[in-house]
Amino acid sequence: MLLLATIAILIGGIIEIFPMVMIESNVPRIESVKPYTPLELAGRDMYIREGCVGCHSQMVRPFRSETERYGEYSKSGEYIYDRPFLWGSKRTGPDLQRVGGKYPDSWHFNHMLEPQSISPGSIMPPYPWMIRDELSLDLLPKKIKALRTLGTPYPEGYEQIAIADAQKQAERVAGRLKKDGIEMDGLEKKEIIAMIAYLQRLGTDIKPKAQATK
Amino acid sequence: MAQVEKFHYDNAIVRNFAYATMIWGLVGMLVGLIIALQLIFPQLNLGIAEVSYGRLRPLHTNAVIFAFVGNGIFTGVYYSLQRLLKARMFSKVLSNFHFWGWQAIIVAAALTLPLGLTSLHEYAELEWPIDLAIALVWIGFGINMFGTILKRRENHLYVAIWFYIATWVTVTVLHVGNNLELPVSAFKSYPVFAGVQDALIQWWYGHNAVAFFLTTPYLGLMYYFLPKAANRPVYSYKLSIIHFWALIFIYIWAGPHHLLYTSLPDWAQSLGTVFSVMLIAPSWGGMLNGLLTLRGAWDRVRQDPILKFMVVAVTAYGMSTFEGPMLSLKSVNAISHFTDWTIGHVHIGALGWNGFLTFGMLYWLIPRLFSTKLYSEKLANTHFWIGTLGIMFYAIPLYWAGWTQSLMWKEFTPDGFLKYGNFLETVTQILPMYAMRVVGGTYIWPEISLWYTIWSRRSAPARSLATKQPKRLHWLARMACTKANTGTAGWKEGLFKCFYLRP
Ligand code: HEC
Ligand code: HEM
Ligand code: HEM
Repeated sequence: MLLLATIAILIGGIIEIFPMVMIESNVPRIESVKPYTPLELAGRDMYIREGCVGCHSQMVRPFRSETERYGEYSKSGEYIYDRPFLWGSKRTGPDLQRVGGKYPDSWHFNHMLEPQSISPGSIMPPYPWMIRDELSLDLLPKKIKALRTLGTPYPEGYEQIAIADAQKQAERVAGRLKKDGIEMDGLEKKEIIAMIAYLQRLGTDIKPKAQATK
Repeated sequence: MAQVEKFHYDNAIVRNFAYATMIWGLVGMLVGLIIALQLIFPQLNLGIAEVSYGRLRPLHTNAVIFAFVGNGIFTGVYYSLQRLLKARMFSKVLSNFHFWGWQAIIVAAALTLPLGLTSLHEYAELEWPIDLAIALVWIGFGINMFGTILKRRENHLYVAIWFYIATWVTVTVLHVGNNLELPVSAFKSYPVFAGVQDALIQWWYGHNAVAFFLTTPYLGLMYYFLPKAANRPVYSYKLSIIHFWALIFIYIWAGPHHLLYTSLPDWAQSLGTVFSVMLIAPSWGGMLNGLLTLRGAWDRVRQDPILKFMVVAVTAYGMSTFEGPMLSLKSVNAISHFTDWTIGHVHIGALGWNGFLTFGMLYWLIPRLFSTKLYSEKLANTHFWIGTLGIMFYAIPLYWAGWTQSLMWKEFTPDGFLKYGNFLETVTQILPMYAMRVVGGTYIWPEISLWYTIWSRRSAPARSLATKQPKRLHWLARMACTKANTGTAGWKEGLFKCFYLRP
């Protein structure tokens, strides 16, 4: 009984999962898809922490109504560095798979601080703590190492310069925000910077930057 | 079935699980109510990270599934297993380990999820140290269950127990499979598989969390408690065996119906759809077997709140397992996916099937566990009606919201532009439906009437006939009680019973 039940429930799982994991052609590679930068990774982990996935999908389905609204439909090869995947199952807010480059950095800054000020009537929660709290980068080297173990092609030894890399990118984002008139002490050290870096990266691997701001 | 030999059975553990079910049910659904409100009033996020929508939503799902339904399962299993096997639980230590371990895990979840410590996989959000604890407690439960089965005094294994066994085995496999992670720190890990593969494994898990946590154990409970409450044998024992095997075999395949039209390869999507459509047969086999068990007892259903709860539960099961295969058709899923239609489907199953079967079971169990009488049938009936209205107020507006929004997303102007290019328009349109859902949240409150039955007994230990009822009894409850009793025995006698005799 116990044995039969075990066999019965194993068959389906094995037949579906094994080919998926073993056979490469099930996930065609896309040359231009690159791993996340350390800062983007930090932003992504923040996206996970805040549960944005409860309201936002990252999966453009191949319908005209969706490609019209969001852009090019999603390909499996775009997700090969996504641990965990963030496709979501509910669109209380719009899909974010192609949001990178859609708005300037300062738009995201103001929107995360108070969505209602940018989109009147929005039901997205405000995230003031991302602007208040400092970003912790301490775990980055460990994260890079773990991801490399799992197969993300970060070069050997990259974890040693990951933090410096993140800081450099953070300064660039903060610079752009300053240009748009957002002044704040220690802006480049805040969590929001990583969040913006991640959001601006989304979907851009296969989307030419120029076309992005229409 | 089993002759009741009360003094042999361990009822304390059943009582504990029953308490836990009732507490966590209240807590988990209150969190549901809070997030439902947050969806209308974003100010209710208060600008506090720990109580913002994105962090509370997984707390709601975990609390209702693993704390409310989970403890509900264990209540029923620990009660029925002992009776069906004519044996006390294998080990008191393991029983207690299971109980306290499970509650500790729930508390850990309630602490870590608001802190944003999550591995994100839906219904498996807890981070790896808690995953390990779950595995340990689950194995404890397994040993306890199989130990009891081994030392049973009854040769035959009733079909309810088959469902319990399948549940245990499958949850073990799923839990391990979906939580293969590489820890980075004490509360952060990355899953071994990425992207599409991660998605497939997650929904192999996610769908079967529904199947083997919200469905098979509850079918087991149905097969024990429904015949008990109706005082009739199961309609067809053969049918129960056939649909058992079909169900557990087919269920496992259906996961990809959560990923239709995504980047998952087509062959996997098609497998998911085909098996999901086949699922209707064994599911309805279970439903019909439940409903037909009541043949010839329908007059009692009209009066007995316990049977009412169970009938609606089984019907809701039938509805959601009819709707599910429909949602698995690609053309329907193109409309329903990502909308509130899914949420409506979820809560028909959750509130109707799981919620009402739990309440029916508890109304049947509590008087037996606490050797008392149901405090008031009227109160239980009121619970039933408010609950039923709650489900309707929850589900109907959400279906409406789902259809409305999906149509708006897909509508083009004659010139070929999106009619509602601004996503926000499609959100504000459905806010009134979200408000109605909050009204449906009244589903929660009558659960208190279950507490009343326990409390009313506790507050009045061994009262002699001559002493009056303590003042603490609410007048409403007394009225209800009086009314409930007048029907059968005349109002004078009813009054007497309620004010002087009730234990
Ligand atoms: C309660 C659900 C909810 C949660 C949680 C939520 N959002 Fe939103 N989000 C919305 C809604 C609704 C909109 C559309 C209205 C607007 O622009 O505010 C939106 C819009 C957006 C947009 C603009 C998209 C576009 O194409 O215009 C971005 C970017 C965004 N959200 C990012 C996030 C991030 C990052 C998080 C997590 C930290 C998050 N959201 C959490 C509901 C939510
Ligand atoms: C009256 C009580 C309840 C209320 C007010 C409530 C409210 C909610 C809300 C607002 C959501 C989020 C929906 C969204 O994303 O738009 C939700 C999701 C969910 N609820 Fe409930 N809920 C209740 C009871 C329950 C019960 C008893 C269960 C299970 C046994 C349950 C299971 C779930 C699940 C699984 C989801 C996630 C659905 C998905 O991701 O698609 N809920 N609930
Ligand atoms: C034959 C049985 C069933 C089938 C084939 C089925 C099928 C489906 C489908 C197609 C979806 C939508 C996925 C999507 O578009 O995202 C879904 C979602 C869901 N169903 Fe069912 N369903 C069945 C029974 C049930 C029952 C009985 C329950 C609960 C008790 C339930 C709980 C859920 C939950 C919680 C979700 C939401 C998952 C998520 O997106 O987070 N289902 N189901």
